[in-house]
Amino acid sequence: MAEGYVATEHAASHPALQHHFENMEQQREAGTLGMWVFLVTEIMFFGGMFLAYMLFRSAYPGAFVAGSNHLDIKLGAINTGVLIVSSLTMALAVYSTQVGQRRMSVIFLIATMVLGTTFLGIKAVEYHDKYRDSLVPGKLIPGRPFNPAVQEHGAAYDEHKLHLPEGESVKHVELFYWIYFALTGVHALHMIVGIGLLSFMLYFSIRGRYSPEYHAPIEISGLYWHFVDIIWIFLFPLLYLLGRHLEHGG
Amino acid sequence: MGTFTAATAPRVNYINAEYGIKSWLLTKDHKRIALLYLGSISFFFFIGSLYAIAIRLELLTPQADLVQSSTYNKMFTQHGIIMVFFFLIPSIPATLGNFLVPMMIGAKDLAFPRLNLLSWYIYLAGGLITIYALLAGGVDTGWTFYTPYSTTFSNSYVVATGLGIFINGFSSILTGLNFIVTIHTMRAPGMKWFRLPLFIWSHYATSLVMVLGTPVIAITILLLAFERVAHVGIFDPALGGDPVLFQHLFWFYSHPAVYIMVLPSMGVVSEIIANFSRKNIFGYKFVAFSSLAIAVFGFLVWGHHLFVASQSVYAGMIFSFLSFAVAIPSAIKVFNWTATLYRGSISYDTPMLYALGFIGLFTVGGMTGLFLATLAVDVHVSDTYFIVAHFHFIMVGGALFGYLGGLHYWWPKISGRMYPEGWGRFSALVVFVGFNLTFLPQFVLGYLGMPRRYHVYPPEFQVLHVLSTAGASILGVGLLIPLFYLIWTLRYGPIAAANPWHLPGLEWRTSSPPPTENFETTPIVTWEAYEFAPIEEMKVIGKFRPEVDSVS
Repeated sequence: MAEGYVATEHAASHPALQHHFENMEQQREAGTLGMWVFLVTEIMFFGGMFLAYMLFRSAYPGAFVAGSNHLDIKLGAINTGVLIVSSLTMALAVYSTQVGQRRMSVIFLIATMVLGTTFLGIKAVEYHDKYRDSLVPGKLIPGRPFNPAVQEHGAAYDEHKLHLPEGESVKHVELFYWIYFALTGVHALHMIVGIGLLSFMLYFSIRGRYSPEYHAPIEISGLYWHFVDIIWIFLFPLLYLLGRHLEHGG
Repeated sequence: MGTFTAATAPRVNYINAEYGIKSWLLTKDHKRIALLYLGSISFFFFIGSLYAIAIRLELLTPQADLVQSSTYNKMFTQHGIIMVFFFLIPSIPATLGNFLVPMMIGAKDLAFPRLNLLSWYIYLAGGLITIYALLAGGVDTGWTFYTPYSTTFSNSYVVATGLGIFINGFSSILTGLNFIVTIHTMRAPGMKWFRLPLFIWSHYATSLVMVLGTPVIAITILLLAFERVAHVGIFDPALGGDPVLFQHLFWFYSHPAVYIMVLPSMGVVSEIIANFSRKNIFGYKFVAFSSLAIAVFGFLVWGHHLFVASQSVYAGMIFSFLSFAVAIPSAIKVFNWTATLYRGSISYDTPMLYALGFIGLFTVGGMTGLFLATLAVDVHVSDTYFIVAHFHFIMVGGALFGYLGGLHYWWPKISGRMYPEGWGRFSALVVFVGFNLTFLPQFVLGYLGMPRRYHVYPPEFQVLHVLSTAGASILGVGLLIPLFYLIWTLRYGPIAAANPWHLPGLEWRTSSPPPTENFETTPIVTWEAYEFAPIEEMKVIGKFRPEVDSVS
């Protein structure tokens, strides 16, 4: 054997080890780092929309508050709770796989998927409410342009009508709703992808593919799931909560 | 093991390991994927060049004789889109980078081979959609897609083109992600960070830009497409939006994108300059970190595209200062390259001619960039041919020269055949002359006030335009010559040795073309990058390895 070279034989290589990796540790490290880098790209992707939000919120604070107040804070809050619990079950699914409790890991994966689906269901109800009140911006829905009923000054409170402070343009509320739909829509898309990812994890978990030695895919899917949750943790206060006190106090 | 006898049976390498169209289209080998990319970017380069020819022909005379204004708008737009998104951005990373990053660090493949193949299919899908848009009627917004023209007024295929670019962006993201993870986790034993070839450092920096910048253009184009289709406004003032926001978002990616084009090229040039001077590079760490510095600074200078677009004067001053600051790491590279040449044992082979050409042209392109970073001068030359000449010096004189130099340098490794050196040198000179004749007159044109994107101009500009067109034809011939002889070598070129240039890099320590897993055994790296110490000296310091150092 020539000096300076070593053979790449392994005493025992795991069946899941791909040919171009030296060992399981290297493979796991590569997968995890890959997901982290991907999440960075996701932050930049959402970043463009967050920038637009920031810019126009500071340009049209009144209209944005009016739009924000019309969102359903109860459903939003419930959804926040649902997602936080789903993050817990996801973490427990990863933990159960790591310690080799396959049954628990399957249960927690199913729980995570159910919670994710619940979130999407509630989101759909919210979207439908906006559709009913003609709050979908532009011509996103053909035949139903943005055309909300605006509450008359001093008239009886109507939850289907937009409460627009004087001097604010309904155009700017439309801008708020476009940013709302863009951000929550892209977020919901990520949820759907996450549920798809977890269904693969569920399938392979039931087949017994993961073990304390090989659980990187579940861990990596978990990273993605937590990231999508964190996005919502930012969306909820920005879209639903900020400036809420202005409605009655100011 | 010191002696090496030629085997009688053909050696198994990545090219003859498997046969059939399926073995190529479903390959996970980074080297085969690099060749898939090489073919497809060459195709797009050809299309982009056709537009360039049409533009230069139209500009021969001051009148509009070939095409109407609307057609001309589409021609320069499509030239830009094809060249930027489908040739320059993937050019070096996706071909040479794909081929060499694993080999240079002693890995068997990139970390995610399937994602690598996926990135090529995504590239292809984006490219085909864009070509569909061009055939269906084209797009006339300029490659910059400025709003509100692109969202409201243009009657061309903006959404389809945007979709193509949006999709194509993900191939760039996947390539960058793959490189970052590979460089972090797949280095061979002993391959420390500061033993990495500078090609790897520059690809690492490029990947950072790809990963951080591309998602922003993706969301920007998505918002633009929605705005055009569904009349929801973030960029439309009629809906309370801000068209300048589009310019900010666009240039937040598209200025760093220039570094996606030129950083890999700088990596190639660092390799060629050190290796063809047979000297360790001067100031290795400075050159390595200047790549990272360019990547970081590159994200902070986008505002210099908005000096005349209602940006505040104070923001303008800061962006101007930061744009000057980018010149520092760029200059570090140029000075270190020239210092490397000093007392080197220089051979003027084709790759070296391209590398030296790069240094000269990049210096001109970079220095004229400083003119544009200067607020007052920029107002005078904004949207003139001065800009056109400046960025062609960076993109063609920089990125394309590095690409061609690298292609020749590693051609023996890629194809297993030598290219004809005489033809190589000749075409490098033709390209250099043609390039300068094309773009030097454009600096003058721009300074005299010829605006970009016009095809009718005052007759006094005609001489310079004719010179430029003449140069473009010479450049075109210079680019066709390598196309022919490189294809010719595939069958008739002399067989290349494992290490035809006698260099220390890892990629030269395996056969040409390499086997599928790159190395017979995983190498252990015990040498520094560009270790050109004479054998006697290596014996004294105890680093002499007969089986490697005496390869001939």
